[in-house]
Amino acid sequence: MTLVATDRTRTPGLLERIGAPHLALGALLLLYPAIASDFFLTQIGGFSLLMGLLGLSLMLLAGYGGMVSLAQITIAGVAAYSVAIFGENNTGVLGLGWPWWLTVPLAVGLAGIVSALIGAISVRTEGIYTIMITLAIATGFYYFTNQNYAIFNGHSGFAGIKAPVFWGINWRDPLPFYYLCLAVAVVCYAAVLYGARSTFGLTLQAVRDNQRRMRAIGYDVTAHKVFAWFLAGIIAGLAGVLLVWFNGRVSPGTVSVQAAISVLVIAVVGGLRHPIGPFLGALIYVMLEVFAIDLVGAERFNTLIGLVFLLIVFVSPDGILGLLRQIGPGLADKPLRPDD
Amino acid sequence: MQLHRRTVLALALATGLAAPSVAIAQDSDTIKIGVLATLEGAFTVLGEDGLRGAMTAVDENNGEVAGKKIEIVRGSSDASPDSAVQAARKLVEQEGVKVLVGPLSGDEGIAIKEYAKTQPDVTFLNGTSAAQDTTLREPAENFFRFSTDGAQWMAGLGEYAFNEKGYRNVATVAEDYSFPYTQVFGFMAEFCKEGGKVPSKSWVPIGNKDYSSVIATIPADVDAIYVALGGADAVNFLSQYQQAGGTAPLIGGSITVDQTVLTSKGRIHDILIGTPSAGPIADSLDTPAWNAFVEDYKKQDGAFPSPSLFAHGYYVNMKALLAALEEVNGDVSDGGEKLRAALSDLTVDTPTGEVSVDDNRNAIANIYITEVAEREDGTLYNKLVETVEQVNQTLGIPQDEFMALGQVSRDNPSCE
Repeated sequence: MTLVATDRTRTPGLLERIGAPHLALGALLLLYPAIASDFFLTQIGGFSLLMGLLGLSLMLLAGYGGMVSLAQITIAGVAAYSVAIFGENNTGVLGLGWPWWLTVPLAVGLAGIVSALIGAISVRTEGIYTIMITLAIATGFYYFTNQNYAIFNGHSGFAGIKAPVFWGINWRDPLPFYYLCLAVAVVCYAAVLYGARSTFGLTLQAVRDNQRRMRAIGYDVTAHKVFAWFLAGIIAGLAGVLLVWFNGRVSPGTVSVQAAISVLVIAVVGGLRHPIGPFLGALIYVMLEVFAIDLVGAERFNTLIGLVFLLIVFVSPDGILGLLRQIGPGLADKPLRPDD
Repeated sequence: MQLHRRTVLALALATGLAAPSVAIAQDSDTIKIGVLATLEGAFTVLGEDGLRGAMTAVDENNGEVAGKKIEIVRGSSDASPDSAVQAARKLVEQEGVKVLVGPLSGDEGIAIKEYAKTQPDVTFLNGTSAAQDTTLREPAENFFRFSTDGAQWMAGLGEYAFNEKGYRNVATVAEDYSFPYTQVFGFMAEFCKEGGKVPSKSWVPIGNKDYSSVIATIPADVDAIYVALGGADAVNFLSQYQQAGGTAPLIGGSITVDQTVLTSKGRIHDILIGTPSAGPIADSLDTPAWNAFVEDYKKQDGAFPSPSLFAHGYYVNMKALLAALEEVNGDVSDGGEKLRAALSDLTVDTPTGEVSVDDNRNAIANIYITEVAEREDGTLYNKLVETVEQVNQTLGIPQDEFMALGQVSRDNPSCE
């Protein structure tokens, strides 16, 4: 599996490298606003994309690095709280009022650093122990925000956080917000695809497959893993910024254990073998969350959500991606291994 | 071939996504009302009862208002502000409701008020959420609360504890969010004014299991403990306090001594008898209007023997909404302006007396002081002791004087 095209006589053009399926999907996503109402643009489109980003950051860790984390929502929460604390909010606690072009890089950077720290703590463990450590961190952060009033304003959290207005555009309006989410998602998606085929990405996957051998060859396994955490933290941080603009608020409920599990569900249901998986998972998750109550009434809609997820994982342990592969061989396989 | 198949798949996905947005059209013979309640998470049982209350009001109207059919669209939150706003967004922006009843819990109410400001054409009526700042500070023009707030619910209790019970020193234990702050504020505002002292206040997170450190900080010489905890939290605290050898009598917040706690087994049963509390309803209220309401309520699926204050709150707000809709002949085509004018001038006859709203669109209503008592069959209930007539949001204190007390918080008020 290499990046280099098999036909060495010429370099493929940009369009060719992107591939027809991506172009078709991209066109669809670009044209989606033409057919969607405002609600479908933000609550379904934008929200799916940003939840997909969170899933993507987990997919990067779990799919390529073999590290299942429950702390991605915590990292997103760090970014979201940073925007609330350094930017403006109407809660009367902190809200330093820095401009967005300062708060956003700061928030994303902090998320990356926090993520790298969580990575540094957890990379020496494996499997269920990684899950337990990250779960402990997520739970700890939830209770900390819940009970800290000086910085995090406790249970109420922060409200009145506005997305920036520049170039004459309010970025929380449905159309700009959708395209903003789409742009961030596309950049991160492409970066993950590219990164997975880079030297670093290949090394990371080799570490996932056989850590001891990689260590014996002389690779610094720990450093590779921590760096993967840092990259995943950047993606989760971007998702966190979008999330706080989307909701206009952030509170401990945003970073609760339930939310942490949602991210895992999204990634697992979508599929961990390819970066497109989390986005598919997020779309299904968001659609179910929003519309299950209309399908089965108010009493049993959570049961329906659970059953659908169970069904997907039961039929295909690889999630939706695995399902697609069963329907049409090569359908989902191709982009993962471009030159199999 | 591969591209073809994938494109078809993508197209199928896209059409599936777009279809629901096209299919929604408003029938002019129906009025859509959104009801937002907590149907997930720790408060599910309470949310379901709130829904029953709202439906009781709808059923009393035979499912019609101003000659139009009522269509109820339900939204669900898990008591977190984020989920409440998302559910409201769906009801307003996707379902297109022009009137919405909800939410249930304190911080949710504050979040929905903020959301209401971004939807000036939609009229919001509270469910049972009882944080003071939902209507007192920076209120939204289109948010009405025909149920009272948590400080109002405490009206008369501070005085009662000081004068009738003779308590002078009271410690408080309450959950750590806006509704209990409001309750403690309401209790202390009166109690401290009478000359009572509150030497210690403990705030615990919702869902706390271990109260040993809290119990250790309660001074030994207090006359009573004021407890504002909900459901399982109250049971956990009370049994642990008793196991630790605590003997101080209790004063209950509005949801502390409800049926979920009163029906718990063990020695708590004996300790609870005589506990004073206050709130918008009383189990033993014996008026024709209340009894009729209880009968109507019991027709709902899964109803409790007696409606909870959540059923009551949603009922009162829905009833006010239907009365106002009747008055404007179901016409909300003007962005709800006429409806809001009607709501502002409305006086509703409810099972618990007359309710009207003040300039901030917050209810003025009766509050009931109760004491836990035992029926002959050994079950506990809240016996009505005293009715405090027509309590307003400032608890009878002049507006500016009341505002000078400051925003409710963990530290405000204080009288050590």
